[in-house]
Amino acid sequence: MNEAKSAIMERLRQALASEDAGDARRRAVDARLARHEPVLVPARARVEGEARIALFTEMAEAVQTEVQRLDSFAEIATATAHYLRRHNLPQKLVAAPDPLLDAAGWEKQPLLRVRRGNATPEDAVGMTLAFAGIAETGTLMLVSAPERPVMLAFLPENCIVVLPLSRLDGCYEESWARLRRHAPRPPRAVNLVTGPSRTADIANTLTLGAHGPRRLFALLVPDPEADGPEPAGDA
Amino acid sequence: MSGATPVGFRDRAREALADPTLREALLSIRRGWPRARARAIARLPEFDALRDRGRAIKDHVLAHLDLYLERFERAVTASGGSVHWARDAAEARRLVLEICKRAGARTVTKSKSMIAEEIDLNAWLEAHGIVPVETDLGEYIIQLAGQRPSHLVGPAVHMTREEITELFARHHGTPPSERAEELVAEARRVLRRRYLEADVGITGANFLIAETGSVITVTNEGNAELTHGLPRTQIVVASIEKIVPTMEEAFTLLRLLARSATGQEFSTYTTVVTGPRRAEDLDGPEAFHLVLLDNGRSGMLDGTLRSMLRCIRCGACLNHCPVYLAVGGHAYGSVYVGPMGAVLSPVLYGIEKARALPEASSFCGRCEEVCPVRIPLPALMRYWREEAWRRRLAPPAARWGMRLWRHLALRPGLYRVASGLVARVLGLLAGRRGALRRLPLAGGWTGSRDLPAPEGATFTSLYRKGVR
Repeated sequence: MNEAKSAIMERLRQALASEDAGDARRRAVDARLARHEPVLVPARARVEGEARIALFTEMAEAVQTEVQRLDSFAEIATATAHYLRRHNLPQKLVAAPDPLLDAAGWEKQPLLRVRRGNATPEDAVGMTLAFAGIAETGTLMLVSAPERPVMLAFLPENCIVVLPLSRLDGCYEESWARLRRHAPRPPRAVNLVTGPSRTADIANTLTLGAHGPRRLFALLVPDPEADGPEPAGDA
Repeated sequence: MSGATPVGFRDRAREALADPTLREALLSIRRGWPRARARAIARLPEFDALRDRGRAIKDHVLAHLDLYLERFERAVTASGGSVHWARDAAEARRLVLEICKRAGARTVTKSKSMIAEEIDLNAWLEAHGIVPVETDLGEYIIQLAGQRPSHLVGPAVHMTREEITELFARHHGTPPSERAEELVAEARRVLRRRYLEADVGITGANFLIAETGSVITVTNEGNAELTHGLPRTQIVVASIEKIVPTMEEAFTLLRLLARSATGQEFSTYTTVVTGPRRAEDLDGPEAFHLVLLDNGRSGMLDGTLRSMLRCIRCGACLNHCPVYLAVGGHAYGSVYVGPMGAVLSPVLYGIEKARALPEASSFCGRCEEVCPVRIPLPALMRYWREEAWRRRLAPPAARWGMRLWRHLALRPGLYRVASGLVARVLGLLAGRRGALRRLPLAGGWTGSRDLPAPEGATFTSLYRKGVR
C-alpha cells in the first residue's frame, strides 16, 4: 500500500509546505527526538527517601493496592504465605523466573508451592518483579523480559509485585530514563500498573477485577545487596 | 455499528428527551465524572500549566506530522513490526481483513478502539466470516445489544444495570445476576475463553511514539494487555494524529488524560508495546501490524480545523456539555458525539449530513473550558455553522428568519421599533403574572417552565428616559 502512503504524505506536505523554511522542520524534529528531557514534572513527585516511600504507599493504597514493606528479600516468601492465608487462597503461586526472586526465602515456607515460569489461565496467584516504582501515582512499572513474562500480572486473579526500593522513583520520566540506560530500545511491553483491574461500565459502579487481577499486592523490599546492579534485562 | 448517520438528529434528540431511563443514566454522568475531575485537578496545582504544555506538544507534532510519521514507521520496522497506510475507512478495513486472513483467523479479540468504530470494522469482519469479540466491558455490552458506543470513555453509559442483567441472561444463558460484581464476574468468565481462543488481537492506540515506534494503550480493565498479549498476531489500528515525539511528551499528555476523563490520578493500566515478542520472551504476539488511518485528517491540517487534531479523546467535553447530557450519545448518530463529535462528524460524514450537530450547541463554552488541550470547540462549531450557511444547507425557514433578523439588526431605528413592539405584546400577554405559560413555537421551553416576559419597555427607551 505504498500508493496510500505517498498519497497521505503528499497531502500532509502540501498542507505544511508554507511552514517550511528550508530544512528547519527536519532539524526541529531531529532535535526533539534526541532531547530526552521531562516536559513538566509536578512538584508532588519531587520527593526523596522516606517521603518518597510514603507518597508511593499513600497513592497506591488510594487505588486499592495493598502495600507492605519488608526488611529483606528473604522475607518475601513468608509475607506471601501470610497474604494468601489472609485472603483464603491456597498456598500456591507461579513466580517470575527472575534470579532475583531466588533469594525470596522460599525454603522458610515449605508448605508454599511455587512454580517458576509464566502464568496459565489456571493460576490464581502470580508474582513478578517491578523494574521500577513511581511515587507520583503509586504506579508499578513492569518491563517484559524472558525472566519476567507479562501475563504473570494479568491472567491470575491475584498479582504480587516485588519492588526493590532502590528502584522507587519520584516521577514516570525518571523510571523511563532508567529504562533507557538499561536498554537502548524498549522491550516488547512496559506495563505501568496503578492498582488492581477495575471497571465502572455497569451503571457507573466501581468494580474490581474486570479482566486483570482483582487484588494487587506490592512488596517494598530493600535491594538484595546494597547498591545492587540494575535488574537483569531483556536483550 | 453499520449505517451510522447524523441525519435525523432532531428526531432522535426529541425521542431521547422523552426517555426516562436515558435521563437517569445521563444524570449519573453529571453526578460522577465532572466532580471526580474537579477533585483530581484540585490536587494537582500544575494542571493548567500541563494543559499549555499538552497543547504545545500537539501543535508541534501537527506542524511536523509528515516527518514524525516517517520516523515512526522506521522505528516500528526496526522493532520487527510492519506499518500499513490507509487513506480511508474502506482501505483500512481491507488491510485488517487481509492480515486476519493471512493469520488464518476465525475469532479476533478487540480492545476498545474508536478507530475500529470509525471504520465500522466489526460488521466488515462478520461479513467475511470472522467473529470479532469486544473485550472492554462497556463495548462488550453494546456489542451484545447491537448498539454503538454512546460515550468515548463509557460506551455503555446509557444502559442501566437492569438492562444489562437482562441482556447477559439472554446471551449467556445463565440465571440473571443482579449485582454489578456478579455481572462483571460473569463477563470475565465468558471473555476469558474468548481471549484464549482468539487468533488475532486488535487494539487501538492512545498515543504513538515516533522515537521508538511504540504504541500506548490506556485501560482500567487490563483488557488491552490480554488482547495484545495472548493471540499470535497483534493488529493496532490508529489514526495519524496520535503521534508524539518521545515518551517524555506522552507522560505530559497522560497526566492530563485520566484526570480529564474519569478524575483518576492515572489509569490503572498504561502499556507501552513495541513490536512483536523478542526471541526469548515467554509471551507476546509473533507478528505486529499497525494500520495507520488518515480518513480526512490530512485535510484538516490546512486551516481552521487543525486544532481539532489535538484531541486526546478524554470525553471531558461530553461530560460537561448541557446538550450531550440532555440527549445522550446515540442522538448524534455518529461515532463521535458531544462537542468533539459535533466538530469531527462533518469531516467524516460531510457537513450536508452532519449539519445539525454543530447547530446543537448552547455555546456556553464549558467544553473549551475543560478541554485538556484547549481546543476552541465553540469556535470550531461556529466554523461549521458558517460553512453550512455558505453552502445554503439550512432549510428555507431558517434562512429567511436569519435574513429578516439581519435586515432589522442592520437598521437600528427599525430594530428598536420592532423589538419595542414585541416587548409590549409579550408584556401584555403575560399580564400581571409577568410570565407566559405557553407561547407558540416555544413549546420546548414552556413545556416545563414559564417564560418570563419583558416588562413592556426596551432597554434603549428606558435609557432615553434617564432610568439608570
